[in-house]
Amino acid sequence: MIQVRELTKFYGRKAVVEKVNVNIHRGKITSFIGPNGAGKSTLLSMVSRLMDADTGEVLLDKSKVKDMKSNDFAKRVAILKQSNFMNVKLTIRELVGFGRFPHCKGRLHEEDERMVDQALEYMGLMDMQEAYLDELSGGQRQRAFIAMTIAQDTDYILLDEPLNNLDMKHSVQIMKILRQLVDDLGKTVVIVLHDINFASVYSDRIVALKEGRIVKDGPTNDIINSESLREIYDMDIPIQQMKNCRICVYFNS
Amino acid sequence: MRNSTKLLILTAFALLFCGLYLFQGLNGSYDYALPRRAIKVIAMILTGVAVAYSTVIFQTITHNRILTPSIMGLDSLYVLLQTVLVFFFGSTHFVLINQQFNFMLSVGAMVLFALALYHFLFGKGNRPIYFLLLVGIIVGTFFGSISTFLQVMIDPNEFMRVQDKMFASFNNINGDLVWWAFGILILTLIIGWRYINELDVLSLGRDTAINLGVSYQSVVKLMLILSAVLIAVSTALVGPITFFGLIVANLSYQFFNTFKHSVLIAGASVMSVIALVGGQWIVERVFSFSTTLSVIINFVGGVYFIYLLLKESRSS
Repeated sequence: MIQVRELTKFYGRKAVVEKVNVNIHRGKITSFIGPNGAGKSTLLSMVSRLMDADTGEVLLDKSKVKDMKSNDFAKRVAILKQSNFMNVKLTIRELVGFGRFPHCKGRLHEEDERMVDQALEYMGLMDMQEAYLDELSGGQRQRAFIAMTIAQDTDYILLDEPLNNLDMKHSVQIMKILRQLVDDLGKTVVIVLHDINFASVYSDRIVALKEGRIVKDGPTNDIINSESLREIYDMDIPIQQMKNCRICVYFNS
Repeated sequence: MRNSTKLLILTAFALLFCGLYLFQGLNGSYDYALPRRAIKVIAMILTGVAVAYSTVIFQTITHNRILTPSIMGLDSLYVLLQTVLVFFFGSTHFVLINQQFNFMLSVGAMVLFALALYHFLFGKGNRPIYFLLLVGIIVGTFFGSISTFLQVMIDPNEFMRVQDKMFASFNNINGDLVWWAFGILILTLIIGWRYINELDVLSLGRDTAINLGVSYQSVVKLMLILSAVLIAVSTALVGPITFFGLIVANLSYQFFNTFKHSVLIAGASVMSVIALVGGQWIVERVFSFSTTLSVIINFVGGVYFIYLLLKESRSS
């Protein structure tokens, strides 16, 4: 379990995340939702030590993240950010191989190669593993980066808006894979999402932020209702039940 | 062609040029000419490796392929130091005559300056690395202006002395200094070698590097200090020559087309040995000293730099 305690971050004088307390439960998909500028990405960055918090602390299975070695943390938690610009020419396989770095320090052993194969297989990238990253479409690139985090073989996978710039087909594909990672391999996934319907359909728990504070935190079914959504987004959003899915119809509200 | 084959061929060329430089037209002067040529060749190899190595690691940690470590203002500091020494003590004073003392003083000043810069920037909190570059540019320009100001006031004969120091030259190298530089270079190579795989990860960007467990802040700091030390040593040995690193680093990226820093750094180092030793051979034996190597390097480097700028602007 990841426990976030009183986490605060200031940009200048403005608190973008203010005294946030939240628990991330093992073996579940937790979605962070909320309007733009609510502090979702900042919170995720602090949890994954990409950003230093001004006050507060993060505990990973009861031990303080601040006191952990970066490499040990990397064996347990993987983080994937929105933009992944780089000016090196890499093939998909080489990128995924980097996911093994915390374990092998750059020298891939037999076991590491096997994990890379598995990750490629899992993301359906086996056929194009020798393709260069800059020749890929947005969806393929995103899959390659997710394959890297899978190869990293961590219990926790944190993703910052992985559906950005993806079409419906690829978005669904990626969400299904994340669901499989949780159901089949017992991973814990934390994901920042913009589209509440993806959050509603795929996640187990939802954490809603607004102006740097947590306004809702609970199982998906408790959050996806018109009343809670009004509190989060200041919009009246009718909910339609379709089979097992609750769909938020926010387009004309 | 595999990268190891490419490296082997380049190394063969480098050895060929070293051999040519050492033995061509020696006329049996083994006692006099050979040791002097050997010192020069060693100095060129040291400088070449130091400049190539520091440029590649500097470009990796800044994620920018058209920067050289000279942006930290070290070369300007060196020129300023030499100008100030001539200005206040005159060109015949001990600090300028005793090359060993001058070398130590220059290296010490440059390394201290770099450490002060890092401490000031990274002492508290997490400032982005571009801060360092901006401060480096400003301080470097400031040093350059003071140097120019002092240079126009000193005696023209004394100015000749300063001018000698302002351009890289392999023609008057002190044998003892070469061994000092050699020791420092080996030390930095040993320290740097342990982080060679971390550099590969750093080239994926800050966030990915941290995700993969690299202690970003401390590795970047160490790499900046290593490249400052390397630049300080090569500058104090032969003069400002960092622009040259830009050429060999980028040639190495193009030629080897890999992310592996072990290959990139080795390739850039061998290429710079070829350029320096081969270039010096041409300057001495073909142009018979009618021009200097640094003039040729700056000319070729300038043209290549413009090419890189055009290419980068097209690709983005």
